[in-house]
Amino acid sequence: MEPTTATAAKTPVDGHGLAKGLAADNRLKTLAATMKRHQYQPDALIEVLHTAQELFGYLDLELLVYIAHGLKLPPSRVYGVATFYHFFSLKPKGKHTCVVCMGTACYVKGAATLVKTVEDYAKVRTGETRADGSMSLIQARCIGACGIAPAVVLDGTVVGNQTPASIVGHVKGWLENGSDGAA
Amino acid sequence: MDLTELLEIGEKERQGQCGIRIRVCVAAGCLSANAQAVKQSLDAAVAEAGLAESVQVAGVGCLGLCSGGPLVAVDPENVLYEKVTPADAPSIVAALKGGGPATAKQADFNHPFFTKQVPIVLENSGKIDPERIEDYIAANGYQPLYHALREMKPTEVIDAIIKSGLRGRGGAGYPTGLKWALVAKVRSERKFIVCNADEGDPGAFMDRSVLESDPHRVLEGMAIAAYAVGADQGFIYVRGEYPLAISRLQTAIRQARKLDLLGSQIFESPFHFRVDLRIGAGAFVCGEETALMGSIEGKRGTPRPRPPYPAEHGLWGFPTLINNVETFANIPAIIRNGPEWFAKIGTEKSKGTKVFALAGKIKNTGLIEVPMGTPLRTIIEEMGGGVPDGGGVKAVQTGGPSGGCIPAEALDTPVDYESLASLGSIMGSGGMIVMDQQNNMVDVAHFFMEFCMDESCGKCVPCRAGTAQIHHLLGKVRAGHATAKDLDTLDRLCTMVKQTSLCGLGQSAPNPVLSTLRYFRPEYEAFLAKSETA
Repeated sequence: MEPTTATAAKTPVDGHGLAKGLAADNRLKTLAATMKRHQYQPDALIEVLHTAQELFGYLDLELLVYIAHGLKLPPSRVYGVATFYHFFSLKPKGKHTCVVCMGTACYVKGAATLVKTVEDYAKVRTGETRADGSMSLIQARCIGACGIAPAVVLDGTVVGNQTPASIVGHVKGWLENGSDGAA
Repeated sequence: MDLTELLEIGEKERQGQCGIRIRVCVAAGCLSANAQAVKQSLDAAVAEAGLAESVQVAGVGCLGLCSGGPLVAVDPENVLYEKVTPADAPSIVAALKGGGPATAKQADFNHPFFTKQVPIVLENSGKIDPERIEDYIAANGYQPLYHALREMKPTEVIDAIIKSGLRGRGGAGYPTGLKWALVAKVRSERKFIVCNADEGDPGAFMDRSVLESDPHRVLEGMAIAAYAVGADQGFIYVRGEYPLAISRLQTAIRQARKLDLLGSQIFESPFHFRVDLRIGAGAFVCGEETALMGSIEGKRGTPRPRPPYPAEHGLWGFPTLINNVETFANIPAIIRNGPEWFAKIGTEKSKGTKVFALAGKIKNTGLIEVPMGTPLRTIIEEMGGGVPDGGGVKAVQTGGPSGGCIPAEALDTPVDYESLASLGSIMGSGGMIVMDQQNNMVDVAHFFMEFCMDESCGKCVPCRAGTAQIHHLLGKVRAGHATAKDLDTLDRLCTMVKQTSLCGLGQSAPNPVLSTLRYFRPEYEAFLAKSETA
């Protein structure tokens, strides 16, 4: 990944460190309101990043610069925090997401095989998004659903006791007709 | 709000509850097994049978036996149904009025899984609706807070906690009362309370369940702690991976504020206390207290050397008390029943109970709470029902990536802080993962080391570089390229990382490797044999 400052310098920005295209976005109003609610305190950075990711799906570099200006923090600090935590993504996610839990309980019950199965079937590497943007495959540390291991989160819905066959069934639906295979 | 009002709310709620109560578990485990649909069809079935007056359907917290989810319990008959589907609902309602047996499978409440439990932290779990503060008050909630604020001095509260012998439930087992006394002693214009709900150990879900099932209990414990040490603001640092726990905590905080149980002049005393949530963003190292404080301040979660301890120099430089969810959840019960009552439970050095999350290759997965000193065998074989296909237990992993693998031979060890440490493992936060003969221990060690390598924050060299090298060596062993000399290197490297890392993550990261090398060395050597014959 290239340093933020270099990338940010290339982006045309207005007085608030905001790119022209982004300025018209309504979601920014919500983000600005969140920063205001925290009184632009630098220690609200993680809360603000959570809100930004909820609104935009991922954290664009322009967005990070915007937040840095809002909270009066150096962009390096914002970039540093955004890349430190696994939860924040600097790249857009696919239309569907498949999160395979790799907690210990899931692992001893075969989660690694599930990951391998999806990787081979959907031809996507863990932590990445398919080239056509149809789905992302993510590994989770532990979603705390150990009682129903191995667990998988399909577009936000937790399903338990998965097998390679059942998970391929879900993913197949996404890849073929774009519908929700989990239904 | 005064005591009379509090008792009135409780009494009113209890009156509304008389008659038959159907409790549906709506904690995360059962929810993902379709519990919400079960609850809806039970609601519909009750309405259809014209029983809406006398039968109440309530969504409650964790009922414990996650492998049987969705779970439905019926009062006052004391019946528990497991693996309930929406189609079972009409027959469950019919069975209430003697309309024949329900189609759902009935679980045995006399099974050791239930009978051997001693619920303190989980006493309300599965009994009350976590989204209704009235339900918690009806279960005598917030009375201990009243008692502490109005009838005890802060020093008396601390003395009670010291006398109870409660030790930190986050894993390290530091005496809670002493920690409180340290923070209370420091003079400062501000002090903070932090509840560590960053339950990062994979395979542990005790704190999640407590927060989802009984959030007010944790708030009450924090408020009592704040009064004792002289703090006026608290933070709950909860994992971003637990959306349900977050939303229930938000609801609980809102309700407690509305009833003036949080905020200013609580119970008409000069004490005021506010609680804010901080949502974690997926970094395991943030379970370490100094890293956690960095994260609350909006920074990268990197630990710093101790001393100074948070008790002197914590959040924004002010004295800060950090305790785990389960520790706070014990407090109201200790204040209500007295320290002597608590100290009678458990062993000489480890008092009270511990909640464990049973998972892995075990028949009954779920949450249990047992007195300290219960032998592992009782937990795994009697309560957990052993390995599902009848094969033997090979090892039990406790303490997550910081813990170790305990071999089957040591199953008679009582569960307390010291005994587990002597086996090269730790109590940890309470995850207990059972492995059977199919699980290769080198694989398991490799899995944990990959975890620690990824989660190392990179601040100190032994952890950053050491975990990567250990991971590499384990990969070499698995690939069959290692020699006996590599195993010696592995052993030495592990000891070095353990002794020289900055924080608990690095200091405990080698535990899974060291404990498997100690108890399952032949499995490592089997890989060597392959490389030597090749």
